[in-house]
Amino acid sequence: MPCPLNGPRNIAEFVYGGVVGAAPDPASVDDRAWAEYLFIESNTRGVVREWWFHAPTAYWFIAERDTATDEILKTYPASELGKASVESDA
Amino acid sequence: MFELLKRGLSGGRPPRQLPAPRPLKPSYDVVIIGGGGHGLACAYYLARTFGITKVAVLEKGWLASGNTARNTTIVRSNYLTPDGVRFYDESVRLFRNLSHELDFNIMYGERGHLTLAHTDAAMRTARWRAEVNQHLGVDSSLVYPDEIARLCPELNLSEDVRYPILGALYHPPGSIARHDAVAWGYAQRAAELGVEIHTHTEVTGIDIQNGRVVGVKTNRGDIACGKVMQAVAGMSSELARLAGFRLPIRTIPLQACVSEAVKPFLDPIIVSGSLHIYVSQSARGELVMGGSTDPYPLYSTRSTLEFKEDLMMHMLELFPFIGRLRVLRQWAGMADMTPDFSPVMGLTPVENYYIDAGWGTWGFKATPVSGTCMAETIATGKPHRLCAPFSLERFYNYAQVGEKGAASVGH
Repeated sequence: MPCPLNGPRNIAEFVYGGVVGAAPDPASVDDRAWAEYLFIESNTRGVVREWWFHAPTAYWFIAERDTATDEILKTYPASELGKASVESDA
Repeated sequence: MFELLKRGLSGGRPPRQLPAPRPLKPSYDVVIIGGGGHGLACAYYLARTFGITKVAVLEKGWLASGNTARNTTIVRSNYLTPDGVRFYDESVRLFRNLSHELDFNIMYGERGHLTLAHTDAAMRTARWRAEVNQHLGVDSSLVYPDEIARLCPELNLSEDVRYPILGALYHPPGSIARHDAVAWGYAQRAAELGVEIHTHTEVTGIDIQNGRVVGVKTNRGDIACGKVMQAVAGMSSELARLAGFRLPIRTIPLQACVSEAVKPFLDPIIVSGSLHIYVSQSARGELVMGGSTDPYPLYSTRSTLEFKEDLMMHMLELFPFIGRLRVLRQWAGMADMTPDFSPVMGLTPVENYYIDAGWGTWGFKATPVSGTCMAETIATGKPHRLCAPFSLERFYNYAQVGEKGAASVGH
C-alpha cells in the first residue's frame, strides 16, 4: 500500500476504514435513513474510494481501490477529498 | 460392489446423475438464482413439500461451485441468541436424517465440537452460550482442561504457551458432512421431482414491472416467472443491485486449506475464536483448517501467504507435532458478511422476489433449514417462523440478531 505519509508499506500495517461517504445530519434524519446509513452497504464490485489507516503512525488517508482485482489505483491525504475524481460511493 | 466391478470391466460410462442440458423454457413458476446447496435445497423442498415443480435453478458456473465447495463443512447449533439456536438446531435435526431423506450418503459424522476459551471474556461467553443452549434443549456445556484432555488428548493443554486453554464449550452433536454430497443429493432428488437445473446460465438482468418481478434475463435468453429467489453468496449485493435494492452486506474473502492426509488422530472439531482457528480431520485423513476472514472487502477467491502464516502460528501452539505436515490445497470463498453475523432471509422490497443471503462464514451448516424455510416462504408468500427474525427489515427496525460471539471466528 503506497501510504501518502510513509511511502510503500506492507498491507498488514493498515486497517480498512470503510467507503467514503457523507453522514446524514443526526438532528434531522429519520430512523429509516439513519439505519440505511449505519448498516446498508453499496458493496460495489469495481473501483471504490475508501478510508484506510496506517496503524503504526496513526494516519488516516484515502485510497482508490478496485474491489474485483485488489489493485490500489491511487492514495492521497484526506484533505484532497474535494478534488478526487471518483464519485462518492456510500 | 458387483455394480462397481461390472462398470470397471466394461469401460462404459456410468449413468448420468442429472438430466442432460436442455433449452430454457419460456416461463417457470419459480426461478432460483444460484445452484449451490441453498438454492438446490430450496428447489427440492419446493417440489417435495409444496408440489411446486415448474422450477428452474440457474447457476452461472458448474453445480455447487461457489461457497458450497469452499467451506469447512462444520454443522452445529450452539449459537448465542435463542433465534439463532432454534434455527440452526432445526438444521442439525434435518442433517441427521439427510442421508436417508435423499437416499444419498452425505457422510455425516458426529465428532463433537470444542470451542476453546483462552481468556476470562471467552469463558464468560462460553458459559452464556451453554446456558442459552441448554435452556433450548441443545446438548452443550462448559468443560475444563481435565475433560478437554479426555475428549482430545492430542491437544496441547500446557500452560507454557502464549494463550493457555482455560476451558471450552463442548457440543457433542457438532458434525462434519461431505459438502458435494449434500449439493448433489438435493440436485438429484429435485431433478427427479421435475426441477430443471441449468448450469453455465448467468443472470444478467431482472425484469420488474410495477414493483413486482416478472422475469429474468440470462446469457441464454429471457424467461418469464412468477417468483424469484436469489441464493448467490458472495455476489448477493451485485445481484440485488440488478433488482434495485441494497443489502447490509460486505463481500469479504474467507480462506481455508487442507494438509496432506495422515492417520486419524483428531476426533472432535476444534475451534478457537481467540486464536482464529477451526480444524477437523476429514474421513480421508486431511486436516481441514480455516481461520478468520480477510481484513478488508474483496470480490476475489485468491489465497494469501499472510493468512497461512497467521493460521499456522496458532495451529502449532495447539498441535506442536504437526510442524512437518505440508499444506496440500488452499482456496477462498467470497463471504457475505453482515453487521450482526446473522443471515438475510425472506421478503425484499420487490414483490415476489425473495432473498437468501448474508451467509458469511455460517452458510453450509444451514443448508437444509434454509431450504425448508425459503421453500415455505416462497410457497406461501409469508416468512417461515424460523427465518422471520432474519428479515432484511430487521436492520430498519433496529432488531438485529447479534451472533458475533458464536457465528464467526473472525472477530
